[in-house]
Amino acid sequence: MGHQVRIEVNGTVYDREVDPRTLLVHFLREELALTGTNVGCETSLCGSCTVLVDGKAVKSCTQLAVQADGASITTIEGLAKGGELHPLQGAFREEHGLQCGFCTPGMILTAVDLLDSNPSPSAEEIREGLKGNVCRCTGYHNIVKAVQRAAEEDPS
Amino acid sequence: MSGVIGTSVKRREDATLIVGEGKYSDDFTLPGMTHAVIVRSPYGHAHINSIDISEASKHPGVVAVFTGKDVAASDIGGVVPTGWLLPDIKTPDHPILAIDTVRYAGDGVAVVVAEDRFAARDAAEKVEVDYEPLDAVTDVLAAVAEGAPQLFEEAPGNISFDWDLGDADATAAAFDRATHTAEVDLRNNRLIPHAIEPRSCLASFDTTTGELTARLTTQNPHLHRLLMSLASINLPEHKMRIIAPEVGGGFGSKIHHYPDEAIACFCAMQTGRPVKWTATRSETNLTDAHGRDHASHAEIALDENGKILGLRVETHAAMGAYLSTFAPAVPTYLYGTLLSGQYDIPAIHVRTLGVFTNTAPVDAYRGAGRPEATFVVERLIDLAADATGLSPVEIRRRNFVPADQFPYQTAVALAYDSGNYDSAMDRALELSGYDELRAEQARRREAGDSKLIGIGISSFIEACGLAPSQVVGALGAQAGLYESGKVRVHPTGSVTVYTGSSAHGQGHETTFAQVVADRLSIDVDQVEVVHGDTGEIPFGMGTYGSRSAAVGGSAISTALDKVVAKARKIAAHLLEASEDDVVFEGNAFHVRGVPSKTQAWGDVVLQAYLAHNLPEGIEPGLEETSFYNPENFTYPFGTHVCVVEIDSETGAVELQRYIAVDDVGNVINPMIVEGQVHGGLAQGIGQALWENAVYSDDGQLLSGTMLDYAVPRAHNLPFFETDRTVTPCPHNPLGVKGVGEAGSIASPATVTNAVVDALAPYGVKHLDMPLTPEKIWRAIHRNGG
Repeated sequence: MGHQVRIEVNGTVYDREVDPRTLLVHFLREELALTGTNVGCETSLCGSCTVLVDGKAVKSCTQLAVQADGASITTIEGLAKGGELHPLQGAFREEHGLQCGFCTPGMILTAVDLLDSNPSPSAEEIREGLKGNVCRCTGYHNIVKAVQRAAEEDPS
Repeated sequence: MSGVIGTSVKRREDATLIVGEGKYSDDFTLPGMTHAVIVRSPYGHAHINSIDISEASKHPGVVAVFTGKDVAASDIGGVVPTGWLLPDIKTPDHPILAIDTVRYAGDGVAVVVAEDRFAARDAAEKVEVDYEPLDAVTDVLAAVAEGAPQLFEEAPGNISFDWDLGDADATAAAFDRATHTAEVDLRNNRLIPHAIEPRSCLASFDTTTGELTARLTTQNPHLHRLLMSLASINLPEHKMRIIAPEVGGGFGSKIHHYPDEAIACFCAMQTGRPVKWTATRSETNLTDAHGRDHASHAEIALDENGKILGLRVETHAAMGAYLSTFAPAVPTYLYGTLLSGQYDIPAIHVRTLGVFTNTAPVDAYRGAGRPEATFVVERLIDLAADATGLSPVEIRRRNFVPADQFPYQTAVALAYDSGNYDSAMDRALELSGYDELRAEQARRREAGDSKLIGIGISSFIEACGLAPSQVVGALGAQAGLYESGKVRVHPTGSVTVYTGSSAHGQGHETTFAQVVADRLSIDVDQVEVVHGDTGEIPFGMGTYGSRSAAVGGSAISTALDKVVAKARKIAAHLLEASEDDVVFEGNAFHVRGVPSKTQAWGDVVLQAYLAHNLPEGIEPGLEETSFYNPENFTYPFGTHVCVVEIDSETGAVELQRYIAVDDVGNVINPMIVEGQVHGGLAQGIGQALWENAVYSDDGQLLSGTMLDYAVPRAHNLPFFETDRTVTPCPHNPLGVKGVGEAGSIASPATVTNAVVDALAPYGVKHLDMPLTPEKIWRAIHRNGG
């Protein structure tokens, strides 16, 4: 039977009944139609499904929706505020940090968490910080540059 | 805007992708949609005694369950065809669901359609299949050994084809008179493409009109429609619409026509409900066509001056359990023809045996045959340097096709269009500080430093811009390899372009808009690019083989020629001038020598649609289509250098620097071109150092997850150092050669040459990829270290 959950996603509170085995990523994609969060491997290995749960980067394919009860979640759809792109979104575009775009939401949200805990990381620290997210298109070169650019632009 | 070609216009694709609004196949939902799960063989080779679907059918939420017998009993065709035939090739049937026998772990045997993905998955586990396991063979050389398990009666010895190219006698004679020879037995490791978006298909069938629509992960929607129409679901093409929405990477893996997409379509047709099938990562690893998997014996013959006299290669190329779409072409015409590399080699002979194994099918993966050829040639040339005592730089220079000898006819069928191999080598050596690197290496060797430095070079060639249709037709392609481009100028002067190229990350919406904007002197924002939809595009062969700019871009360019020609006729009429005196420049038509007489582009376009005052014989409107059939392949080239440091105590390799100098002809968008190089490098370096698809002897994929199959991650790689030389392609209108695969073609050899170079003091001549610490440690300590 279903479990009642209350989850805030991108500033909106949702009260929903979910099957206990529903993964957070399926809750986001199928229950809330937030398809910006992608499923690449369902095993926590590729990072495409990364979202922010209470500000921390979490692979939503390996968390149950019921575990997120009471949490506040940010997906890629909720990152831009008032029509303004988040500095990382702008930097990914400026630095050509994406090609097919499938890993991009997870990559950007992981980088948000990274810059939150380390606002001016070295290239090496960025690479370490992103190693849970696989990109098969870019060779990471421009992704690292994008994160560096965002860090420089938004020193907060 | 004239002059916009060659500038790094930011990608228009990104606006939706960075905010999560890009829609990939699995992101779509249709009313009444069901979900399909395919039941797959856990065995590498087995006879199917029976399949019991009764329990699965009763599972709550299940709509239907089908087996291979159901497919066979229908009239849909139900097989996956091979798109490239060779003389005497064996092409056993590949049913979309296995009927009597499964031939690899992952072979589909049944499909469950249910109201939701969970019911489908649960019910799939209730499909009872009684298998009788058979002996399997997964290694390409073991498969051709005496007494090996046989996959198909019609392919004795597991041989699908035995193909050769070049002059065997002349090559033998070259070896007879050689002063120096070198040889190597090498493996080119099997790879799993790992597009991050798993394959997916959402099929819906309108039972009243008989029309099928499928959104699927494809690099070539028209090709999928054609192959499905011909062999898999027997629906005429005008009743099928294939849409490639956003596609999350392909690297070749989404060229091929797989059973799964056809199964989803079959289910939609049978049930009358929309059916979505999306692979899990495990399924993609088991069933996406793998790449490479060659075993080769290669030899090179040289004269006393280090000039190459001949080259001889015999390759066993795994085909896997069935022949995938372009599989036969990859280790033959995309491989054997590249064995001349950048070198002037008078005699070459290559023999390739295509071998069935109990593994996932093998087909084109980024580079497709050309990385394998480059690996053979660039390993041999380093071994030849060793044999002759020449440096790796000197032996290459002595054998480069000189810049004044293009077009250059190789001994293996190709005619290289243009090149300047010394100049790319010069730039790569300069950028790398090559002499300094060698000096540092010498210092460390002298000092007995446990941190070994290795410097690797790879001077590579590729054949891209696939391809002249009449040539590939003569070689066995069951399709032409032209491309279509349609340019529709709207009455107010803005443009929609329809291209048969089908981007999945390459940025065509930006680069093709640049081509149009440059030609018509209009703003890039005045151009919309439409791709990836058989309902909108006249026809298309798709995006692979680094062909989109060279063939797809050229099709747009030639369609623009027609557009401008028609507009010029109208302008001449309006200007009351002779058409020959009217030139198009700066977004207006001018009468030569009369600067005051002009007609703005927008006015001419409007007149074309008003049709109030057109020249006689000119139809209203301004829209032109071109099917561009290339004259030749294009031949990008370059020299790459890399620097590795090896810890001799652990065997660990650190890739310290990677320098890539590529010549891809003219460049439309340098930012995108560099991005393509980066991505290719990561994949090729991945092959060299970490990636390896491993099967157990009985057919289990041991590296089936990203835990066991090491896709490169950010911390594994350095920043790349890239540069270009520019030698335009002389035979297409844009002068472009193509860039998608260069990185993955050059880098496996570059990295391997660097590692072998580092280990030279230990007498190491060759190591097979991936160059794991264990393999390197064993090589160092083979003789007690």
